[in-house]
Amino acid sequence: MLRFLARRSLGALVIIVLISAITFALFFALPSQPALMSCGKNCTPDAIALINKNLGLDEPVPVQYWHYMAGIFTGRDFTVGHCPAPCFGYSFSNQQPVWGTIVDRFPTTLSITLGGAAVFLVVGVGIGMIAAAFRGTWIDKFFSSLSLVGNALQIYFVGVIALAVLVSGLHWMDNPAYHPITEDPVKWFTGMLIPWLVLSIIFIANYSRMTRSQMIEQLGEDHVRAARAKGLGRRAVFFRYAWRGALAPIVTIFGIDLGSLFGGAIITEFTFSLHGLGRLAVSSVSETDLPTLMAVMLVGCTAIVVANIVVDAAYAVIDPRVRLA
Amino acid sequence: MDEKSPRVGEPLLVAENLTKHFPVRGGFPIRRTVGAVQAVDGIDLTVRAGESFGLVGESGCGKSTTGRLLTRLLEPSAGRILYRGEDITHAGRRQLAPVRSEIQMIFQDPYASLNPRQTVGRIVSGPMEIHGIEPPGGREARVRELLETVGLNPEHYNRFPHEFSGGQRQRIGVARALALGPKVVVADEPVSALDVSIQAQVVNLLQQLQRELGIAFLFIAHDLAVVRHVSHRVAVMYLGRIVETGSREDIYRRPRHPYTHALLSAVPEAADADGTTRRERIRLTGDVPSPVAPPSGCRFRTRCWKARDRCATEAPALARADGSGEGHLSACHFPEPPTTAARPEA
Amino acid sequence: MTPFLSVRDLYVRFATEDGTVRAVDGLSFTLERGRTLGIVGESGSGKSVTNLAVLGLHDPRTTEIRGEVLLDGQELTGAPESVLEKLRGNKVAMVFQDSLTALSPYYTVGRQIAEPYRKHTGASRREARLRAVEMLRRVGITDPALRVDDYPHQFSGGMRQRAMIAMALVCDPELLIADEPTTALDVTVQAQILDLLKELQQQTGAAIVLVTHDLGVVAGTVDDLLVMYAGRAVEQGPVREVLRAPRHPYTWGLLGSMPRLSSDVGQPLTPIPGTPPSLLAPPPGCPFHPRCAYAASVAEDRCRTERPSLPPGRGAACHLGEERQRSVFAERIRPRLG
Repeated sequence: MLRFLARRSLGALVIIVLISAITFALFFALPSQPALMSCGKNCTPDAIALINKNLGLDEPVPVQYWHYMAGIFTGRDFTVGHCPAPCFGYSFSNQQPVWGTIVDRFPTTLSITLGGAAVFLVVGVGIGMIAAAFRGTWIDKFFSSLSLVGNALQIYFVGVIALAVLVSGLHWMDNPAYHPITEDPVKWFTGMLIPWLVLSIIFIANYSRMTRSQMIEQLGEDHVRAARAKGLGRRAVFFRYAWRGALAPIVTIFGIDLGSLFGGAIITEFTFSLHGLGRLAVSSVSETDLPTLMAVMLVGCTAIVVANIVVDAAYAVIDPRVRLA
Repeated sequence: MDEKSPRVGEPLLVAENLTKHFPVRGGFPIRRTVGAVQAVDGIDLTVRAGESFGLVGESGCGKSTTGRLLTRLLEPSAGRILYRGEDITHAGRRQLAPVRSEIQMIFQDPYASLNPRQTVGRIVSGPMEIHGIEPPGGREARVRELLETVGLNPEHYNRFPHEFSGGQRQRIGVARALALGPKVVVADEPVSALDVSIQAQVVNLLQQLQRELGIAFLFIAHDLAVVRHVSHRVAVMYLGRIVETGSREDIYRRPRHPYTHALLSAVPEAADADGTTRRERIRLTGDVPSPVAPPSGCRFRTRCWKARDRCATEAPALARADGSGEGHLSACHFPEPPTTAARPEA
Repeated sequence: MTPFLSVRDLYVRFATEDGTVRAVDGLSFTLERGRTLGIVGESGSGKSVTNLAVLGLHDPRTTEIRGEVLLDGQELTGAPESVLEKLRGNKVAMVFQDSLTALSPYYTVGRQIAEPYRKHTGASRREARLRAVEMLRRVGITDPALRVDDYPHQFSGGMRQRAMIAMALVCDPELLIADEPTTALDVTVQAQILDLLKELQQQTGAAIVLVTHDLGVVAGTVDDLLVMYAGRAVEQGPVREVLRAPRHPYTWGLLGSMPRLSSDVGQPLTPIPGTPPSLLAPPPGCPFHPRCAYAASVAEDRCRTERPSLPPGRGAACHLGEERQRSVFAERIRPRLG
């Protein structure tokens, strides 16, 4: 296990460095002039040259890349002042250190994603298990039709309906907002509830169907029949044997879905005007705020890569046949 | 490739020191090859024109890998494969094309080896299509003829595999293998997925084809009685090596290798029940060791009741033991006495 | 005196999309303690279905079971689930064909062996574990105290099958149902497992039902033999008699289909023509008559119209009659078998 984690972490580092290099190179291939943006209205070629010098943009690209990467670990000195580690540069649009903005926005996205994932895993897998237990009955059919509907829904559509009904119409809940969990866990929870539900709804449909079919497959397996032949009750066989077997494929799919989960989080942030990384990424694209965009990409990639390692490790815990080496 | 058909007894398909090692990867921080599954480890065998050669052994002994190497479905790690004297060990696609039409394969699972979306006609004419062969009278007529040869109704030309039973499906596989008029057919467990009564039908069919069409067979199976029934010569494999080879009588009546002997004594026989024959019983202990780390010296020594120090240090060569007849080779330092009657006379 | 296990007029039917499958169609047999009954048949003969029905392991929504299964005087068909649960793994245990799929890959071998023991005896975790080690030792696993914590995939095929036998025997069952217990194994390992079953039976005195497609396997292992075809028993009797002087044309066909190590290789095998019938619409009369070479010689077309009954004890469900069965076998079949 330790060996696996060590190797995967090394591999992850290589991937992240590669992505950073590619993104960096891409940005310089763009026909944009970063200096122009921070230059303001009364711009002269001299002013641009000065800014380029201040930002280190007059050096060759590989050198700039080196400075950038080194800055993340050691901090960096610009003519405008010292940028402490981890330094991702200064935003072109608001001239603030990028890292500060990321630290500010990251918890929102993390809350939406983790909470949403928890909701759809619990509800989706739960529904799937109930449907499998009552296979062929009206309960099963009810959930099957429901998941068809859920599959057709989109976040922005459900989001608007949820706001209209739960917030404006019935006044059951407040407008979604992010409150740090460290300050007020209750407010954090109630503020995030609607985004979680909305983000999870499209996944719930998929996961309930997948869980149902996995459970039904497992229930037909030899080891389930053998467990019954040992005298175990239906309930014990259902949870101890069938569910355990259905778990591994669900975790696999979850690992694959991580990417679209982040995508869903971005749409969710937009739907509910939450200030997370997704919004930051989109606004930095429209403002050609390259340092911010670069930092968001790096943080996002790192999060996905780390989450994948966690999923793989979880897989090994679930299935003793998987040997990590 | 010359077109004239081979003389009976001429060596058709020859393996020399044939080896296949599947790499095992692992290690840290960079993955590398840390070992090998020694699936086939230096075997020699010759399939002669018109004969049926049986390759027998337990699961994991490398018999199926051998079949796939000889048909070049797998790339050998070492050694040579000769087809009618021509080296085809690493032959490219183009050089292999004419050979491929003469060496065909029949697979174990009649369900998995037929494309469920193709009609029987298309399946059987597939090889002709690939090789661009237009038989006199057309492909369809040839397919109908082949279906009849293997005992299927030619009218079923347009049916799909799922409309047939397991035994009939295996016949379709046989018809496909015959489509190009092969000189050698490698049959990998062709009857082991079938029920007993159906198995006999397919065994009889293969024997009849072999006699009438003069096709050489490499018959790979784990069932000793079936192999005995169809093969003129037999090789017994254990952990990637041939431990004994010889004529059917040599192997089944006068086995010299302890493994062959034990294998034969383990076969349960319906005749045992009537109590008229008392067979000696040799019970091997344990299981076959892992082919990743086979035992040193003789690979059978860990389960052999005759093993001594020498067996661990020195791998016995496959050679004629004292008292064995011509062509009867065994790889054992302490062979069984030549008079061993493993079987009561039938 | 009533027999230990008595199955009478058992019918098992499955509802499928294509219609009703008559998987078992009027099966009767008995088995005494300490004896072994072999049930032989090809795929689809109903031999495995019978076992699942005895234990009530079929899917009740699609399966209809009629008839009587008496175990030690207790009726099992239609018994409530709670009663069957107490029997399964306890008084009646089962060994499956493929130990790789029949053992859960997610739990250690020891835990899976201990599980029924805890359930049925109320033993503590510690006691059950000790029992599992003891069982592994009894089935011939070396270093059982170490191997008890292994997962099934860490065992070889032969060891896994031993572990499954340990799991079945952990509560000292009085009836052991072994469904193709050696089919997935190599011959040398098969021989070990069959020896083990016999040895354990001598120690425990359990009754064993051994289901297999291989007449060779039953020959050295069972006391009595039941040959099944298309959901029915077509022949039964002491194994020696059935194999030495079989009476049913289907049994002749099975024996003629099997090459033996001692048979004459010059002789082609004599397979049974055709294929087994569909159980959706089995043929009327004797289910074997479409494949039987002797059906035409029976007067009044009885094979096609009248279902032959199986005499109790020794006999065959065949209209040929005992005398003709004997003479045909002696004159035509025996010489070919060699």
